[in-house]
Amino acid sequence: MTSPTLSPPSFTADHHQPPSVRVENLSLRYGRKMAFANVDAQFRAGQITALIGPSGCGKTSFLSCLNRLHELTPKAQLSGQVYLNNCDTATIPLTPLRRQVGMLFQKPNPFPLSIYRNLAFPLKEHGICDRTLIHHIIETTLTDVGLWAEVKNRLKAPALSLSGGQQQRLCLARALALKPRVLLMDEPCSALDPLSSEVIEDLILRLKGTYTILIVTHNLGQASRIADDVAFFWVQHDVGQLVEFGPAKDIFAHPKDPLTAAYVSGRRG
Amino acid sequence: MVRRLAIPFGKEQGATLMVWLVALGITVLFLWLLSDVIWQGGQAINGAFLTQAPIKAGLEGGIAPILVSTGLVLGVCMGVSLPLGLGTALFLTEFSPQRSHQAIRLSLDILAGVPSIVFGLFGNAFFSKVLGLGFSILSGGLTLACMVLPILIRSIQVGLVNVPHEYRQAAAALGLSRLGTLKTLILPAALPGIAVGILLGIGRAIAETAALIFTSGYVDRMPTSLLDSGRVLSIHIFDLAMNIPGGEQNAYGTALVLVILLIVINTLVSWFAERFRQSKLQIL
Ligand SMILES: Nc1ncnc2c1ncn2[C@@H]1O[C@H](COP(=O)(O)OP(=O)(O)OP(=O)(O)O)[C@@H](O)[C@H]1O
Ligand SMILES: [Mg+2]
Repeated sequence: MTSPTLSPPSFTADHHQPPSVRVENLSLRYGRKMAFANVDAQFRAGQITALIGPSGCGKTSFLSCLNRLHELTPKAQLSGQVYLNNCDTATIPLTPLRRQVGMLFQKPNPFPLSIYRNLAFPLKEHGICDRTLIHHIIETTLTDVGLWAEVKNRLKAPALSLSGGQQQRLCLARALALKPRVLLMDEPCSALDPLSSEVIEDLILRLKGTYTILIVTHNLGQASRIADDVAFFWVQHDVGQLVEFGPAKDIFAHPKDPLTAAYVSGRRG
Repeated sequence: MVRRLAIPFGKEQGATLMVWLVALGITVLFLWLLSDVIWQGGQAINGAFLTQAPIKAGLEGGIAPILVSTGLVLGVCMGVSLPLGLGTALFLTEFSPQRSHQAIRLSLDILAGVPSIVFGLFGNAFFSKVLGLGFSILSGGLTLACMVLPILIRSIQVGLVNVPHEYRQAAAALGLSRLGTLKTLILPAALPGIAVGILLGIGRAIAETAALIFTSGYVDRMPTSLLDSGRVLSIHIFDLAMNIPGGEQNAYGTALVLVILLIVINTLVSWFAERFRQSKLQIL
């Protein structure tokens, strides 16, 4: 496993400032089941926020509200507001919203197309049709995720023939190619071996500053290594709650809530 | 398998043997039927049988006009039912609210179980009389389309539903349009299911007799337009076997042609579907 070459990332060019993400009184229910309730938080622009907490506390559900992916689940009902800077996401049409807010999933999910088409298809769908431009974007984003050298001779090969770690980097490239400003990551390393997850972790650190990143992780070590802020979720009365939110070093060194203290010290969760 | 039978009998082996016997029985039954048709029908088939018109109600001559009528009826049927079925299935799985599904699914399942003679009577009353199409290939094809539609919709629906949810999720998270996702990912991935639907539909349509007696009729002349009456293979078989003394030989011949036709269509559709899917998708 080669770690990606650390050239200065090309995505810093022609890029707007990343926005802050603010949620107000956000709750999500699936039918009768409340996934999480009354979450208020402001995620700082250009910083990495780690969402931690035990299984089933609503971290995935929370992320899916930020790009309105919860709308794919018919019985999901959202209340409360999500703001990008000061713009309510409910007022942004889905296509531009999801282009601004990219997402990386727990299981690498490349399309069953060639490596090249995995990146070209979304670009074309978003109206970028110039072939040389598409090729340029593909080359730069694949270089950014350290995949170019590995795949440049087999761009026509099926994306599913890549290893899990490579697939996840391809998915990251696919998201980056659309020049998002916010990146949501749902346990992006949990399906990968330690070396591949280290590669992804390095990539995430390099993306800091250019994107506002929210990352769900069960790996507290990873959270403390990469996160600026940490949001700790917990299930109370069968409903997910945001228990504590603050700078990573405070959460890990001086947690205010006893639940947080217990969780980060590994006593519960 | 032989070695396994030699092992002393336990519950496991008993069950295995049963399964094997059932499978063997079905295979034997199928081969027996097939060899019977091939044996008896093979003697009737030759170049002239396929290219000549029937003489003396089919006792002599061939089945050329009947082949043409069958093709036309099938063409009308699939030409109408395929776009309708695909559209309905897409609407149901991709665009409509989940709540309406139960009722629609139930009515489709009931429709799929309605005896074909009922469709025949309906086709006769509606297409032949109300729409004034009379006994014609068109009313026959349209009646078959109604009959095939529920099967087609249900199997295309199953094909679409079986497409992994991750594709839709990944595409939605990238802000891709539903139409683009459908065209590039979902439809190609659902193609094997769609092909199964088409095959079931063709299979049911090509073997249909009862519904066509009332709609496309018996006339065994070469059709000159879709408004002509035309006799299809299955009706020809029925007529030769039941109404014409000494017609068994040619009935078998026609049956063999029908079986071969089915096998050819099966192979072609599966082959095209797989080729098309592979050219669109790269699944390992
Ligand atoms: N599509 C759904 N329909 C119904 N309930 C759901 C759905 N998705 C999630 N839930 C429920 O919502 C709650 C939160 O789930 P969620 O997946 O957000 O948790 P999570 O924190 O991401 O857990 P994990 O760490 O295991 O990924 C759970 O109780 C789950 O059962
Ligand atoms: Mg989760």
